[in-house]
Amino acid sequence: MVEKLGTRDVYGKTLAGLGETNKDIVALSADLAGSTKVSEFGKKFPDRFLNMGVAEQDMMGMAAGLAAAGKIPFASTFAVFATGRAWEQIRQSICLPKFNVKVVATHGGITVGPDGASHHSVEDIGLMRGLPNMSVIMPCDGHETKSVIEFAAKHKGPLYIRLSREKFPVILDENCSFELGKASVVRDGNDLTFVMCGIMVHIALDAAKILDKEGIKVRVINSSSIKPLDKNLILAAAEETGAIITGEEHSIINGLGSAVAELLSENCPVPLKRVGIEDRFGQTGDSPELMVHYGLTPEALVKAAKNILKKKKNSPSEKLYSSSPDAVLEQV
Amino acid sequence: MTKDVKKLQSIATEVRVNILKMLAESGSGHPGGSLSAAEILTSLYFSKMRHDPKNPEWEERDKFVLSKGHGAPVLYTVLGLSGYFSTDHFGTLRKMGSILKGHPNSTTTPGVEVCTGSLGQGLSQANGLAKAAKLDKRNTRVYVLLGDGELQEGQVWEAAMTARHYNLDNICAIIDNNGLQIDGPVVEIMNIDPIKEKWGAFGWHTIEVDGHNFDEILSALDEADNIGDKPTAIIARTVKGKGVSFMEGKVEYHGVAPTAEELEVALKELEAVSTN
Repeated sequence: MVEKLGTRDVYGKTLAGLGETNKDIVALSADLAGSTKVSEFGKKFPDRFLNMGVAEQDMMGMAAGLAAAGKIPFASTFAVFATGRAWEQIRQSICLPKFNVKVVATHGGITVGPDGASHHSVEDIGLMRGLPNMSVIMPCDGHETKSVIEFAAKHKGPLYIRLSREKFPVILDENCSFELGKASVVRDGNDLTFVMCGIMVHIALDAAKILDKEGIKVRVINSSSIKPLDKNLILAAAEETGAIITGEEHSIINGLGSAVAELLSENCPVPLKRVGIEDRFGQTGDSPELMVHYGLTPEALVKAAKNILKKKKNSPSEKLYSSSPDAVLEQV
Repeated sequence: MTKDVKKLQSIATEVRVNILKMLAESGSGHPGGSLSAAEILTSLYFSKMRHDPKNPEWEERDKFVLSKGHGAPVLYTVLGLSGYFSTDHFGTLRKMGSILKGHPNSTTTPGVEVCTGSLGQGLSQANGLAKAAKLDKRNTRVYVLLGDGELQEGQVWEAAMTARHYNLDNICAIIDNNGLQIDGPVVEIMNIDPIKEKWGAFGWHTIEVDGHNFDEILSALDEADNIGDKPTAIIARTVKGKGVSFMEGKVEYHGVAPTAEELEVALKELEAVSTN
């Protein structure tokens, strides 16, 4: 039986623990303290817990003011409301002055399940990634979440941390240590590379096992630091394995896949496939059903891997990019 | 720090002169809503607030948030005149590399606490500053100046609820009620009346004053100190473009800087005021 942990559960517990020693931490919630698990902090430190009611914009402004006065605010709500409803407050009140606010959003992606499209955040990584001074993190499991939250309390500056509603299988060691701008290889291989974040890391590992049986050795990278990206590790993987597949529980527009595409196209253009939600909204359903519907499964990654290997074998990057434009189009 | 109204009036005139000069020099910016707030900011920075321009990070200081960030020239003028930075910077307003950005920016301008300019966000930020002071058991008071057109932003009312809910009696909001916004009279664009009753309905203590009368402003600011358990909103009736005859009550000067000729006429008018 695979051990599973809810990243939001770990967040609530870790924050409540940090509150013991760090008296500057203040937790804010927009009427979702129970769902985002900051209620744990609230029970222990009622004076430093501010429920702002259903008012995300005000919450971000309040967090900015608290940070301006030296506090370390953790502002939590669902990803779609945090980044969509209050985007401009995060921009103007937090990122522009570079205030020390941690926007920790739960319920990222489609594994929110039956609540449907209104609650499925498939755009949030893009919305936050485009903001100057903002860093973006999505941990791959509960253990990494603990490390990310501990890092957040020490780090000075705006952070967006994306967590999930569903429990994830545990992948990393309990004592793993998150570092901003660093990714890690969670499985080695030289035929192609999966660059993943969040629950897709686990799904990629399952896909890698299937491919291994067919003799295809996949490197799997956990790119929890979406901005800044670990450029060196990803470029090395591109050079050494010659093909990259990205995967995220997010739109293929503006998320991790886009970030990797930007990096590769400027530095090491190898065949790339972005696996994610293909410019669509979410819909009502159970999380596992939705993952199948939107193609976020080991089987989908296996298929993508086989397709990209054909491109890699038939048209190695040197040949592809030295050909005439017509030839390139034909091959692509 | 003075309670001498004559002295404050003379400072307010100097503030107006500098606002107009810096705007004429920059060639763009917002004179109307800067001039309407001259007495309010003069009262705060030269009479009411505990602050130390030589030590802008002094932990016991009172704080000010210009939520109507387009009024930047009046804020920069009182900050410069009170000594946060050299008044030589006034001529660099809105120019590339200047410490005086188009809208207030805490990363470049000494004495500016937060970043504003996108309307409706300052009261939320001020609430955060006020709550932090309460957590730290400091006597900091937080003043925030809002425009009347700005009250059309929904976030203002979210923040109004918050200040009352958390009993932020160290918050004092001042509404620069000059009645005009960029597209025209506030009552025609999107009526926000009755302003006093709205703040009252949100649980705030409210006071109405003539926003160009120092006695009334200072007395309201003192009254706000002692309300206890609720925030105060001072509705300051003002005249947009106050002090310059051809700008007074004219929506055209919301966001258009004076020309060199207009500056000359305006400075003559202000000179006449200061010698009277």
